[in-house]
Amino acid sequence: MTFEALLFYFFAAVMVAASLAVVTLRNPVHCALSLVLTFFTCACLWLLLRAEFLAIALVLVYVGAVMVLFLFVVMMLDIKTLPGREGFTSYLPAGLVVATVMLAELIGLMGARKLMQGGPVRDAATEQGLSNTEWLGRALFSDYILPFEIAAVILTVAIVAAVALTLRRRPNVRTQDPAQQAATRKQDRLRLVDLPHHDGSKQA
Amino acid sequence: MQATLLTIALAPLVGAIIAGFFRNQVGRRGAHIVTIAGVAVSCLLSMHVFKLIAFDGLPTYNENVYTWFEAGGYSAHVGFLVDRLTAMMMVVVTFVSLMVHVYTIGYMAEDPGYQRFFSYIALFTFSMLMLVMSNNFLQLFFGWEAVGLVSYLLIGFWFKKPSAIFANLKAFLVNRVGDFGFLLGIAAVLMYFGTLDYATVFANRLAIDGKTIELVAGHAWAVPTVICILLFIGAMGKSAQVPLHVWLPDSMEGPTPISALIHAATMVTAGIFMVARMSPLFEMSETALATVAVIGATTAFFTGLIGLVQNDIKRVVAYSTLSQLGYMTVALGVSAYSAAVFHLMTHAFFKALLFLGAGSVIMAMHHEQDMRYMGGLRKYLPVTYWTAVIGTLALVGTPLFSGFYSKDAIIVAAQSAAHHGGAAFAYAYYAVLFGVFVTALYSFRLLYLTFHGKERFVVDAQHGDAHHDDHGDDHGHHEPGHLAHAPHESPLVVTIPLVLLAIPSVAIAWFFVQPMLIGDFFAGSIFVDIRHAPLAHFAKEFHGVVAFALHGLSTLPFWLAFAGFALATYLYLFNPAMPGRIYAALRPLARVLENKYGFDDLYQALFARGSVLLGRGLWRGGDVAVIDGAIVNGSAAVVERAASIMRWMQSGYLYHYAFAMILGLIALLGAFVWIE
Amino acid sequence: MITLGHYLVLGAILFCVSVAGIFINRKNVIILLMALELMLLAVNMNFVAFSAFLGDAAGQIFVFFILTVAAAESAIGLAILVLLFRNRATINVEELDTMKG
Repeated sequence: MTFEALLFYFFAAVMVAASLAVVTLRNPVHCALSLVLTFFTCACLWLLLRAEFLAIALVLVYVGAVMVLFLFVVMMLDIKTLPGREGFTSYLPAGLVVATVMLAELIGLMGARKLMQGGPVRDAATEQGLSNTEWLGRALFSDYILPFEIAAVILTVAIVAAVALTLRRRPNVRTQDPAQQAATRKQDRLRLVDLPHHDGSKQA
Repeated sequence: MQATLLTIALAPLVGAIIAGFFRNQVGRRGAHIVTIAGVAVSCLLSMHVFKLIAFDGLPTYNENVYTWFEAGGYSAHVGFLVDRLTAMMMVVVTFVSLMVHVYTIGYMAEDPGYQRFFSYIALFTFSMLMLVMSNNFLQLFFGWEAVGLVSYLLIGFWFKKPSAIFANLKAFLVNRVGDFGFLLGIAAVLMYFGTLDYATVFANRLAIDGKTIELVAGHAWAVPTVICILLFIGAMGKSAQVPLHVWLPDSMEGPTPISALIHAATMVTAGIFMVARMSPLFEMSETALATVAVIGATTAFFTGLIGLVQNDIKRVVAYSTLSQLGYMTVALGVSAYSAAVFHLMTHAFFKALLFLGAGSVIMAMHHEQDMRYMGGLRKYLPVTYWTAVIGTLALVGTPLFSGFYSKDAIIVAAQSAAHHGGAAFAYAYYAVLFGVFVTALYSFRLLYLTFHGKERFVVDAQHGDAHHDDHGDDHGHHEPGHLAHAPHESPLVVTIPLVLLAIPSVAIAWFFVQPMLIGDFFAGSIFVDIRHAPLAHFAKEFHGVVAFALHGLSTLPFWLAFAGFALATYLYLFNPAMPGRIYAALRPLARVLENKYGFDDLYQALFARGSVLLGRGLWRGGDVAVIDGAIVNGSAAVVERAASIMRWMQSGYLYHYAFAMILGLIALLGAFVWIE
Repeated sequence: MITLGHYLVLGAILFCVSVAGIFINRKNVIILLMALELMLLAVNMNFVAFSAFLGDAAGQIFVFFILTVAAAESAIGLAILVLLFRNRATINVEELDTMKG
C-alpha cells in the first residue's frame, strides 16, 4: 500500500464519517461543522487528484462563505425553536434500505471492479508544462467564456434575489430620505407670520 | 353595354335595400317610389337591350364583370350572358314585376308590412335577373337560391299565420330536395368540364358523349343522362313538377301579388328557362328527354284534374299554373325548347293577369277566397271581369289569343315526337291533348263561379264592421259569405296593371310566333339536335297568324277546349245543381282529387314524421346519451376522477415530493442495471 | 493503487448518505439543505475524478460552474428559509403544507 493510497483511505474514511455526522447529529450547529469537515477532507482528496485550483476554491467558497452563511442562519433562527428529531428512528430503517439499494445499484452500474483495474491519474496539466490553475484558466477563458459570463450573471441575480427576499420594510421606523432632504425648499419649512403686539397694534 | 346590364341588375337591388333597411326613413310612399323606380329603370333598359339584341342584330354579349373568388384551379366569376333568350326573359321578368309592383300599392295598402313587402319583391326582381343573365352555373345557382329565399320570405309574409309558416317551410324544404339534385348536377359539370362557364361547357359538350359513370357498382350510366337528370331534378323543385309540386299550391298562403309574380309568372319558370339554356346538354341524352317529357305530361294532366275540385280561387289558379308548367316541361322533353320558352312568355302574361284578377276579386270580397261564396261579381267588377275573361281565353287556347299559339305549338310538337319516338312521347302527347279539355273546364268553372250566376254572399252592413281593419292578421276568419258592404271595383293602381297585362295576353304572340317558333330567333341560344325537328310539322301548318287561327278551328285541341267550355257552361251556368250530383256520384274519384292523390299525406307521413322520429332518436341517442352523457359529462367525470387521485398525491409536504424523486431515481437506476 | 473506481465508489457512498439524510431528517429544512450540498459534493467528486483520470479539463470546468450555481442556490435557499421563519415562525417541514392540492 503506497503512501498515496494510505492518504486516500484516511481522507475517505474521515469524509464518510463526517457526512454521516451531518445527517445524524442532533444539533444543527454540529451538523454544519461536520459539513465543513466533509468539505475540507474532500478538498484534500481533490489535491490527491492534482486538482489544486478546485480544492482551494472549495475551501474558500464553501467553507469560507457558504458554510458561514449556514451557521449564521442556524444561529439567527433561534436554535431552541428548531424542530426536534421525533421520528428519527422510525424513518431510519427506510432511509437505510433506500440508501443501500441505491448504493448497490450505483456500484453495480459503474462496474467498479472493472474501474479499479484502470491506470493512474493522468496529470494533463503537467504534461503540457502548465500548472493546474493555468490549465483550467486557459480552458475557462477560451472555450467556456460564455458559460463563465452567464455564471457571473447568475451570481448577481442570486445576490439581488437574496437581498430582495429578506429585505424588510418596517412602517414605524424613521429613516432618512436624502433625495427628499435635498429637494426641500425654504417655503416648505419656514413660514413668516405677523404676530399681534401685546397692546393690540401690529408690529412695524 | 356592361354599364347598362349592371344597371338593369342592380337598380332593383338598390330599391330593395332602401325600402328594406331605411323603411322608417322613406315611409310607405318612399318605399314604393324607390322600388318602382328601380324596377321601372330595369324594365325600360331591358326593353332597350331586347331591341338591340333581337332587332338591331347586336351580337350575344358574354363577359365576366367581376371575379368572385378563386379556389384551386377554379375561379368563380360574376358575368352576364345576354342573348335573345336572356333578353326575352329579362323583359318578361321586369315587365311582370313592374306591373305587380304597381298593383301592390293597391293590394297591400292597409298592410303594416308594406315597406318590407316592396323590399322583398324588388329583391326578387334582382335575384331573378341575376339568374337569367348569368353566364355560368354558379351565378345561376346563386340566383336560383336567392329566388328560393325570397319565395320563402314572401310565402311566410304574414308570419303570424301558422298556415303561412307551414307553407313557407314546406316550400323551402321541397325546394331543397330539388336544389340538392341541381347542385350535384353542377358538381358533375365541374367534374367533367373543369369549368362552369356556359360557353366553354357547351363548346366542349361532345367531350362527355359516350362516357359512362358507375354511381351504383355494376350499373354504368351515360354521363350526359346523369348530368341532365340531376339538373332536371333542380328544375322539378323550382318549376314544381310531380312529385316535387306539393309546395306550389300551399304557397298561395302568401299575398296575391307574389303569387302572381313568383308562383305563376317568373320564379317557377326558372326551371324551364334553365333546361332551355342547357339544351345543348339535354340534346345529348334521349333518356333524359324522355324523363322530362313523362314528368311534364304527368304534371300537366293530373294537376289540372285537381284544379277541378278546388274551391279556393287562388288554388284553382295555382293548379292551373302547375298544369301549364307541365306543358312547358313536355315541350322541353320533346326538344321543342323554343315552344317551351314561348309558352313561358305568354303564360307569364296571362297567368299574372289571372292571379292579379283573382287578387282584385279577393280585395273586393274582403279577403274571402272561397268561390262558393262568390258569384255574380261581373256587375260589381267590370274591369276585373273583362280582363279575367281575356286571361281565361288565352289560357284555354282560344284562337287568336297568345296562349293558343304557344299551346298549339307544344301539342303539335308532342304529336310529332309521339310519331317518331317511343311510348313516353305518346303518353306525353295524349296527356297534353286531354289536358286542353281539363284546362277549359276548370278555367270556365272559375270564371262562372266567380263572376256569373247568383250572388252567394250577403251584404251585412252591421256585421262586418269590426272585421274591417284587421285583415292583415286574421283575414279569412270571419263568417264566410258575409260582407260589410257591397263589392266594388278596385282602384286604378290595380286595374291599370290588369289592362296592361291583358294587352300582351292577347297580342304578344302575333309578333313573336313567327320568329320564335319558325324562324331562327333563338339560334345560338337554344340548340336542337338535327335528328329532332319538333316544330317542323308546326312550321308546315303555319301560314300567318290569322290563317293559323282559322286552321286551329278545325283541329282536335280546339274542339276539346270547346267541349270543356261547353261542359263548364252547362254545369255552372245553366244547371248549377248538376255539379253536386256528379260529385256525389263520383265520390271516390273526387276524394282522390281532393286529397291531391295523397302526395301531401304521403310526404307528411314518410318524410315529416320520419324526420321527427329520426330527430328524436338522434336527440335521445346521439345528443343526450353520447354527446351530453359520454363526451361532455364523461370527460368532466374522467378529469374529476383523475384530479382526485392527483390531489391525493399532491400532499404539499416537501419530503413526499423528495421521496417520489428518489424513488424515481432508484427505478431509473434499476432500469439501467436491468439493461446491463 | 488508487484508481478511478475508488473515487467513484466514494462519490456513490457520499450520495447515498445524503439520500438517507433527506429521508431521516423530515423536520429540519436546514439539515435538508445541508444534505443537498452533500449530494452536490458527491457529484463534484465524480466530475473531478473523471477529469483527473481522463486528463480532460471539461470535468473540472463543470465543477467550477456547479460550485457557482450551488453557492447561488444556497444563498437563495437560505434567504427563503429566513423569510419562511419570519412569516410562519417555524422551519418544520411537516407544518409546511400550503402547497397541498
